[in-house]
Amino acid sequence: MNEKNERLILDVAYQPQVRTELDTKRIMLTVIVALLPALVVSVIRYGAYPLAVAAVSTASAVFFEWAYRALMKKSRTVDDLSAAVTGLLLAMVMPAGIPLWVPVIGDLFAIVVVKQLYGGIGKNFLNPALAGRAFLLASYAMLMGVWTTPKTLAGAVDTVTMATPLSYLYGGKALPEYFSRLNLFLGNRPGCIGELSTLAILIGAAILLVFKIIDWRIPVSTVGTVAVLTLIFGKDGYGNFDWMVYNLLTGGLLFGAVFMATDYATSPVTRKGRVLYGFGIGALTVLIRYFGGYPEGISYAILIMNLCSWAIDKAFHRRQFGVTAEDIKAEKAAREGKK
Amino acid sequence: MNIRKQFKEGLITNNPVLVQLIGMCATMAITTSLFNGVGMGLSVTVILTCCNVVISAIRKIIPDEIRLAIFVVVIAGFVTIVDLLLQAFIPALSEALGVFIPLIVVNCIIIGRAEAFCQKNTVGASFIDGIAQGLGYTMVLIVMCVIREFFGSGRFGGGLIELSGGFRFTLDGTGTGIQIFDPDYGAGILNRPFGGFLTLGVLIAVMQYFTAKAKKKAELKAAEAKEAEDE
Repeated sequence: MNEKNERLILDVAYQPQVRTELDTKRIMLTVIVALLPALVVSVIRYGAYPLAVAAVSTASAVFFEWAYRALMKKSRTVDDLSAAVTGLLLAMVMPAGIPLWVPVIGDLFAIVVVKQLYGGIGKNFLNPALAGRAFLLASYAMLMGVWTTPKTLAGAVDTVTMATPLSYLYGGKALPEYFSRLNLFLGNRPGCIGELSTLAILIGAAILLVFKIIDWRIPVSTVGTVAVLTLIFGKDGYGNFDWMVYNLLTGGLLFGAVFMATDYATSPVTRKGRVLYGFGIGALTVLIRYFGGYPEGISYAILIMNLCSWAIDKAFHRRQFGVTAEDIKAEKAAREGKK
Repeated sequence: MNIRKQFKEGLITNNPVLVQLIGMCATMAITTSLFNGVGMGLSVTVILTCCNVVISAIRKIIPDEIRLAIFVVVIAGFVTIVDLLLQAFIPALSEALGVFIPLIVVNCIIIGRAEAFCQKNTVGASFIDGIAQGLGYTMVLIVMCVIREFFGSGRFGGGLIELSGGFRFTLDGTGTGIQIFDPDYGAGILNRPFGGFLTLGVLIAVMQYFTAKAKKKAELKAAEAKEAEDE
């Protein structure tokens, strides 16, 4: 018997117990693999620079995690790769032309303040990478709003930076020709490093679903809510169906729904709760896109629903095995009778 | 009367902001530049000392039922005096602090000290308490200002210090401070209320860490001494 199995046996946990090789490290490794297609698309569009952003961000997240744990004389946790995933995810939601020092500051906030100050992995109440992004967006709004023109659009656009498709939609202007549906689907557009290509994110989502890392309910109910709401409430000047397609293909909606909203620590644990959680994210995203001050609202929508997930968990609290509805009613009546 | 103990309480072990957690809203709102912090802290110290003296002087004739109303009347009187003085002599500070000067009337520190200390203690002790608690408040404000200004705008001593034409203190709030790094690199969010919450939380945590450590050490020492005695 190897050392690992021994450890698994000695772990004390509540029933039901399942023996599995799927530990945190393997989950995180799968997430990293699932992120690679999106990173590859970014490299095709922007050259090697996104790789540098991803490398710097991942390395600094791992460093901050290690440094904090070492400084506070706590156990070493960098080996479970969760900090690496946070750093990589933060890089994926940075604009492609971001100076390299910006994600380092975001990592510091994400790892030390959001994750470690609350007790480390599994105890954070916000998605660390998204909280890091929100911190950076509030601090360096100028840098976070610069959208470099992809190399593959250089023929159609002759400026160094350009407007994102979402900002056209936000302003109610018609999309230029080079933002065809195919281009949007393949990620031939400016945007954050990870959000560019719908196709790449779908491949990543497929990997995560096949290995049962994420629950399909969260992304499906998020994207579905946005689809339904945008189909019903179209905008003047676009056909309702076109408007829905544009809303689904642009911005970080899909990336957020697949990689950010599904974070274990900050999403509900019950199935019904997850559907409601996804619905909340979708509805808030649409609300912010329609009425908010920013063209894109998925990151704030996820952060707000992160804050609600404990309440959702309470609302959809499941009965203990073996306890019937009558038992609960009787217990409740007894408790009220006592008062 | 133990002056040293009172100062230790006001500055550290019973610090109004870090331990009693009172006077929070002004602490969050105005600690964005050293000029504001020092101005607010000293204004509160002056008002607190005067109120403490007056309230403890009349403590035996205040009917218990309406004591809060009487406290507020006394406090409001001194706040008005300080408010008008600031408007007349340091208008820049008055403008920068805005509504937070009149709001000192309902600042928990002053009512809290009146209720918890001046009612039961002599004029002299209340006077020392006012200075000690006021300085404890000022100290926290200054620390918060320095942290938030440095990380938020890369500056030290905004409004209070002027470097061009020789180092000097500017009491009219025009000093540009010492620019340590380009403000573009500063995390602007620290200049907003969120930065106030974050900085204060970290400060309280650091404070707790050190007081807990000191307490443990003292307990250990006491236990050792007892052991030695038993032997």
